[in-house]
Amino acid sequence: KNELAMDKGARPLSLSGHVGFDSLPDQLVNKSICQGFCFNILCIGETGIGKSTLMDTLFNTNFENFESSHFEPQVKLRAQTYDLQESNVRLRLTVVNTVGFGDQMNKQESYQPVVDYIDRQFESYLQEELKIKRSLHNYHDSRVHACLYFISPSGHSLKSLDLVTMKKLDSKVNIIPVIAKADTISKSELHKFKIKIMSELVSNGVQIYQFPLDDETVAKVNTSMNGHLPFAVVGSTEEVSVGNKMVKARQYPWGIVQVENENHCDFMKLREMLICVNMEDLREQTHTRHYELYRRCKLEEMGFKDTDPECKPVSLQQTYEAKRQEFLEELQRREDEMRQMFVLRVKEKEAELKDAERELQSRFEQLKRLHADEKAALEEKKRLLEDDQSSFGKRRAAAQLLQAQSLTANGKKDKDRKKYVHVDTKAAVSSEQ
Amino acid sequence: SSIHCIRGTDLFGYIGIEAVLDQMRCKTMKAGFEFNIMVVGQSGLGKSTLVNTLFKSKVSRKSCAPDYEEKISKTVKLHSVSHLIEEKGVKMKLTVIDTPGFGDQINNDNCWEPIVKYVNEQYEKYLREELHINRKRRIPDTRVHCCIYFIPATGHRLRPIDVEFMKRLGKIVSIVPVIAKADTLTIEERQEFKERIRQDLAANGIHVYPQREYDEDPEERILNNRIRENIPFAVVGTDKEHQVNGNKVLGRKTKWGIIEVENVAHCEFANLRDLLIRSHLQDLKDVTHNIHYETYRVRRLNESNLNFSELGLSAVPLENGTADKCESDSHL
Repeated sequence: KNELAMDKGARPLSLSGHVGFDSLPDQLVNKSICQGFCFNILCIGETGIGKSTLMDTLFNTNFENFESSHFEPQVKLRAQTYDLQESNVRLRLTVVNTVGFGDQMNKQESYQPVVDYIDRQFESYLQEELKIKRSLHNYHDSRVHACLYFISPSGHSLKSLDLVTMKKLDSKVNIIPVIAKADTISKSELHKFKIKIMSELVSNGVQIYQFPLDDETVAKVNTSMNGHLPFAVVGSTEEVSVGNKMVKARQYPWGIVQVENENHCDFMKLREMLICVNMEDLREQTHTRHYELYRRCKLEEMGFKDTDPECKPVSLQQTYEAKRQEFLEELQRREDEMRQMFVLRVKEKEAELKDAERELQSRFEQLKRLHADEKAALEEKKRLLEDDQSSFGKRRAAAQLLQAQSLTANGKKDKDRKKYVHVDTKAAVSSEQ
Repeated sequence: SSIHCIRGTDLFGYIGIEAVLDQMRCKTMKAGFEFNIMVVGQSGLGKSTLVNTLFKSKVSRKSCAPDYEEKISKTVKLHSVSHLIEEKGVKMKLTVIDTPGFGDQINNDNCWEPIVKYVNEQYEKYLREELHINRKRRIPDTRVHCCIYFIPATGHRLRPIDVEFMKRLGKIVSIVPVIAKADTLTIEERQEFKERIRQDLAANGIHVYPQREYDEDPEERILNNRIRENIPFAVVGTDKEHQVNGNKVLGRKTKWGIIEVENVAHCEFANLRDLLIRSHLQDLKDVTHNIHYETYRVRRLNESNLNFSELGLSAVPLENGTADKCESDSHL
């Protein structure tokens, strides 16, 4: 389909000589060479499945790697960026690896950090695109162009974690499933395994990346490669002597598995497809399909539409103004709410304080009363005691008088009277007590 | 994340990364290219002829419209006509925008206004499409990539209308000034005229293509400096062929000789063609897209108060760990 011809009013015209715009593709390519290319690969797979080794093998180099532990509490992603150069092509390659994928006891949320990472890159691009002063052609594109999903070489079928994860990712990224450590599966088992995997993907509605068939120059090789998915790969950066050459291989007591031998594994096919044939298409699909979908969903979520319910076109400005109005109203509402809340709290506090004051006051009154009562009681006691004292004093005085009188009147009878008076006095005193 | 530099020597062998260049070439050839060129100048300066000569076919409206009348229109009207041309598998949709009536009135005040309006309308169209929720896979590009301004070969200096037009349009579109019907000037007269024009342009602060401030690297600067030293190109156009020394050449036959259009000793048509088509066509489009369009967009978004960041677009923290601080936080 010639996209240009679909425009109305453009008639084909033949040229009577060489004009020179056939150099346009070269002009474009030269500009791209000056700018450089970006390519971002995400590798998802269990710890130890061979992600880093495969990347090293794919790009013929030693990226900085370190072994991850199996005890990560959550799935994390680690991104590293490298500047590679081959002849005059500069490639900024970012390799993102999952850390701790498949290690947790509960894997229900395992896919979430991956989805979040992919979305964050889209978000970052969208924000740049919507800026007023933007610089898109200088922007370091971090959106994931290809996702290599590493399938465990169990030989049976996909794990449910695999299906769940791929299903969550298939509308966000180009998924290329690979069977890792394929040298542990025999050829016949591998064939059955591949068929099982593909049928499971189809029956679960997982959309993996299809190598494009619309360009005649690559349609043939892409069709053939589509039939070899998922690629069964083996990675190795160590070299072993085979015949009179040093080749990348894994040496076992029973033989040597050669990474670049197409009879041994699909590594060469992966490299061919990922880099040599379809890198540009992977980038294009990411931008025109996955990113557009993200953008559309995000803007619709925020309430932007192209047409209103009656299908009349809505001007962006209208929608924006409405949204802005809504936003400002929301701000105002929240402000009012906070203010009201503040006033309420102040009132409450005030009431609380008043209550406390009242209580204090009443307690004070109570204590005062108590004190007064006690004082009165004590006063009463004091008075009674004084009364007693005075009556006792009077009686003593009377007794002493009597004593004195009896002494002067009768000597003999004094002794008895004394005893009698003493006894009396004693009795009087003891009855007082 | 840190950026490590692994040069070609660190790669233990060929990978095939450079194949991406061919992939890109294939894709762009399949998609095709669009190019929109505007010609401005008063009647009789040979605008249609020049455009036809540039593209070696009858691309101007004059040549295609069967009922076209050679009438001086009372106002400046803009007409555009599109053609699909192909060369060695490269397909191009070429649109030529004509501006009949420009500079032809007795009173030419504000004759640039309809042109300014047209240029801005194309930017507006593109902007609207770009802001749609459901966007087309490929936004149709009607923006003016290049405006050829025709200066009559008076031999003196720029006229007020030339200065006014280029001053205003130079801010929003890439202008390529040419001296029209240059076969009335001798080589010396031509050089002097060009020098005076360059002085007038500088004195009036007019920046024509290739604009000095958009040179991206020293190599480009050197290349563009050479071009800047030679503009405006003195051109002659024709679609007639004659025999010269046993070869068929494009030329104008006069009693005193044949002016060979594509002979650089005779006129600078070939230089113009090389600049516009063979070397800088993509650059013209890039400057229009990355600079002129962006300038328009900034102005429009500011005018309409459309600041998406103000709405707290993202609730997701950005990758480098800093959360997007939107105005709402500080407002509250």
